[in-house]
Amino acid sequence: MIRLERRPQPSRLWSYLTPVIAVIVTMIAGGLLFAALGKNPVEAIRTIFWNPLFGEFAFYYRPQLLVKAAPLVLIAIGLSLGFRAGIWNIGAEGQYIVGALCGAGVGLAFHPTESVLIFPLMVIAGGLGGWAWAMIPGLLKVRFGTNEILVSLMLVYVAEQLLASMALGLMKNPEGHGFPGSRNLSDYASATSWIDQDIGLHWGMAAAFIAVILAYVLLNRHILGFNIRLSGEAPRAAKFSGVAPARLILFCLGTSGALAGLAGMFEVAGPSGQVSIDFNVGYGFTAIIVAFLGRLHPVGILLAGLLMALTYIGGEMAQSNLGLPAAAIQVFQGMLLFFLLALDVLTHFRIRLSARRTA
Amino acid sequence: MDLSAINPVLLIASLMVAATPLLLASVGELVVERSGVLNLGVEGMMITGAICGFAISVETGSPFTGFLAAMGGGALLSLLFAFLTQFALANQVASGLALTLFGLGLSALMGQGYVGIKPPATPRLDIPLLSDIPVLGRILFSHDLVLYFGIALTAVVWVLLKYTRVGLILRAVGENHDAAHALGFSVVGVRVVAIMFGGACAGLGGAYISLIRVPQWTEGMTAGIGWIALALVVFASWKPWRVLLGAYLFGGISVLQLNLQAAGIAIPVEYLAMSPYIVTILVLVSLSADKSRAPASLGRIFHASQ
Amino acid sequence: MRLSKILTGATLALGLATGAAAQDKTKVGFIYVGPIGDGGWTYEHDKGRLAVEEHFGDQVETVYQESVPEGADAERAITQMALQGADLIFTTSFGYMDPTINVAKKFPDVKFEHATGYKQAENVSTYSARFYEGRAVQGHIAGQMTDSNIVGYIGSYPIPEVIRGINSAFIHARKVNPDVEFKIVWAYTWFDPAKEADAASVLIEQGADVILQHTDSTAPLAAAENAGDVIGFGQASDMAEYKPSPRVSSIIDNWAPYYIDRVQAVIDGTWESQDIWHGIDEGMVGIGEITDAVPDDIKASALELKDSIASGDYHPFTGPINKQDGSAWLAEGEVADDGTLLGMDFYVEGIEGKIPE
Repeated sequence: MIRLERRPQPSRLWSYLTPVIAVIVTMIAGGLLFAALGKNPVEAIRTIFWNPLFGEFAFYYRPQLLVKAAPLVLIAIGLSLGFRAGIWNIGAEGQYIVGALCGAGVGLAFHPTESVLIFPLMVIAGGLGGWAWAMIPGLLKVRFGTNEILVSLMLVYVAEQLLASMALGLMKNPEGHGFPGSRNLSDYASATSWIDQDIGLHWGMAAAFIAVILAYVLLNRHILGFNIRLSGEAPRAAKFSGVAPARLILFCLGTSGALAGLAGMFEVAGPSGQVSIDFNVGYGFTAIIVAFLGRLHPVGILLAGLLMALTYIGGEMAQSNLGLPAAAIQVFQGMLLFFLLALDVLTHFRIRLSARRTA
Repeated sequence: MDLSAINPVLLIASLMVAATPLLLASVGELVVERSGVLNLGVEGMMITGAICGFAISVETGSPFTGFLAAMGGGALLSLLFAFLTQFALANQVASGLALTLFGLGLSALMGQGYVGIKPPATPRLDIPLLSDIPVLGRILFSHDLVLYFGIALTAVVWVLLKYTRVGLILRAVGENHDAAHALGFSVVGVRVVAIMFGGACAGLGGAYISLIRVPQWTEGMTAGIGWIALALVVFASWKPWRVLLGAYLFGGISVLQLNLQAAGIAIPVEYLAMSPYIVTILVLVSLSADKSRAPASLGRIFHASQ
Repeated sequence: MRLSKILTGATLALGLATGAAAQDKTKVGFIYVGPIGDGGWTYEHDKGRLAVEEHFGDQVETVYQESVPEGADAERAITQMALQGADLIFTTSFGYMDPTINVAKKFPDVKFEHATGYKQAENVSTYSARFYEGRAVQGHIAGQMTDSNIVGYIGSYPIPEVIRGINSAFIHARKVNPDVEFKIVWAYTWFDPAKEADAASVLIEQGADVILQHTDSTAPLAAAENAGDVIGFGQASDMAEYKPSPRVSSIIDNWAPYYIDRVQAVIDGTWESQDIWHGIDEGMVGIGEITDAVPDDIKASALELKDSIASGDYHPFTGPINKQDGSAWLAEGEVADDGTLLGMDFYVEGIEGKIPE
């Protein structure tokens, strides 16, 4: 009988090996899928994993990888702090939307004034918006003990309706011929988050890298980071050592909300450009997966975000170059996630074959 | 503006139809969560059920076979989740999200040959005599079989949870898996069965959309109903009858807002559309003072360390 | 503008490297907002693509990418097609407007065609269809077919395109039936079958026996069929599976002639930027077969209306027409100008209710 035996320490070796194995297994399974659809599997896999990085037009796709990865990493870093402490914010999508709305709102209010102060103000507004949206589940949890998973999820739907209302009403472009959607902020020099639109660099990427570094320092060098880890791994010990749970909850939810809000703000003022009805494309949910794929470790999250971005961009290429349906790419991504999640068991457990014992 | 244009009898009858997919998926998820597992993949299982049911009923010409296939398809997909969370001990939130992503893609892939096809009609069950009763006849006795099945299922789940040993074990596993394990129950076994039950229910709910309520197949046609089902289970504080009530309330709000619009009453649609979620949050807050709170082991990973 | 240089360099290099192959095949790209299996908007654009393939055979190669979100992802998808050597790219949703313009700046040698937008450039054309012409025919049939004098209308979003359709249908329904009333429901979605089904049922319950829809699924027709003696019209595609009733006719988005025409222009080297708003005449708006469920005399007059619109003898917005508040909009015999139509944000006189803000 196969038995799992918990390792005293998570295995270092396996934590490095499992993602590699998962990617390889996905390539094999995905190749079979593509072959079943009548496509050349080797070519499909090469298009997805190789071409964006080293193909003919890699000079364009490499920065695009960052465009795609930046919001995922930024959000996932915030979420990972809470996840480590056993605080489950799964409403980052909502915080992302509200952050974008607040940031864009500030920018649109100033249009067409040009000033160097506008963008910093938008950053602050975006962060505050996401923070405030995350404070709702935070305060409810601290005050009433309400389950934050569910409240934060509910608030995603509320935020989506708010977004529709804004895109159709208050923030609608007065010169947009009545179509829903705001002015394009990436055309508004004082408000855009692009550093260089031609190369494809924006401030959200810088923010993502800073967040990775700060999170690393926080978790490894700072007492707060120690408390976060302690609360997640040994809640009782944390209590004895005087960690105030309420403050920790508010800190974790607030930080993750603020980072998600920032991600939304950078996106709306740059790559996306405008507040539109379907501005959000699920980064808040995908970031949860990214956080886990990165094993809740800042550097891991950075790599996981880049890997996800690679499958998105490579998947798009496979669609238009090889005529693979979008659905096949989605299935392929789903498989990758399944294998990564399933193989993670090897990091924490040993698989033992043993004779069935009579209890 | 003319409120008298709204016929309350028809309003209730149609909100029952609108609520049925939600009810089916929610009852399934309720059982899953009662066993201590949070499966966020409801949307993925629903859409997979929708295409399985649609494809099979088109191929066989029998809606009934289609509904069975939908349950099978949903349950089969949920097995993936069960494997990840119960055997590979992966995080439930991440696994559920991955399941939704996978299900959406898989269903789109499976459904490529079924766009623009009309499925065989599911007969409406006009119960003789009873359906002729004024008012009540139209509301209660003039629907399709699956709608009644949804209500019956709610009752069965309620009895099962409340009065039977099976229900007791399920709740024990959900409340404290370590204790249940110590008592000799198979925590993993119970949970796998519960997850598959949830998958079958979600699949059936999806097929109700593709075979009765719409009826056609299009990619992404469940359009977020699976996510609402998750909200609904919480709203109902994990109680079957409240799920029924909540499904009618959620379905009712969407049907009512369309009714008000058609009657020419200007309403802020977006704000009405967000109201069920705000109400759910309020319910959550008031519940936290109550004893009937979430199953204690919800979302926790169980590993028997022997 | 470093990237522009690199990109042009790259396209040049590509052109040189694969020059021989590129010369005999014209590459045409399509960016879709939905899945090609949506049975409506994207489905019809993809039919246009397939028509291009069939018409030109080995002369062209088509590529497409479906379900491309509007925004950042769109710009990348379009750039990618241009990088891969597409000569002509159709971007088929309003939200691709700014991305299309941005990419077009970087690829001056590639031609772009953006659907339903209002921004052109030297290498960017816009094209759209006068669907309101089809709405006039629908209104004409609906006004005479209704017994309850209540016509239900499912709108998607309150934008000029949809409002124009409501006005056109209403004007022509009133012309043939002074007692007709419109009940309008906004679904706030282009495509959500379950919601559309609910909206149709609600309208039917409130007495409507004709359903017009500006959303893309067949769900309203199914609801009409369920209810019995209710009729409706196919939207975007023919929806022929609901013939002969409840679907008594349809408005079909027929992009194929335009797409073939533009590809030919690229092949011939005669492509020029333009702003196109085609209707029944050019074949971009198709009126699906009017079935036998419609009495012969109504069918005949509907076809007559269609022909007079197609020939240009009659414009669906011909005065006298007042706005909803009673103020004059078009004087006797006056024809609405395209600018007003494109930005239409008011109901005409007789429609009840307000356009949501």
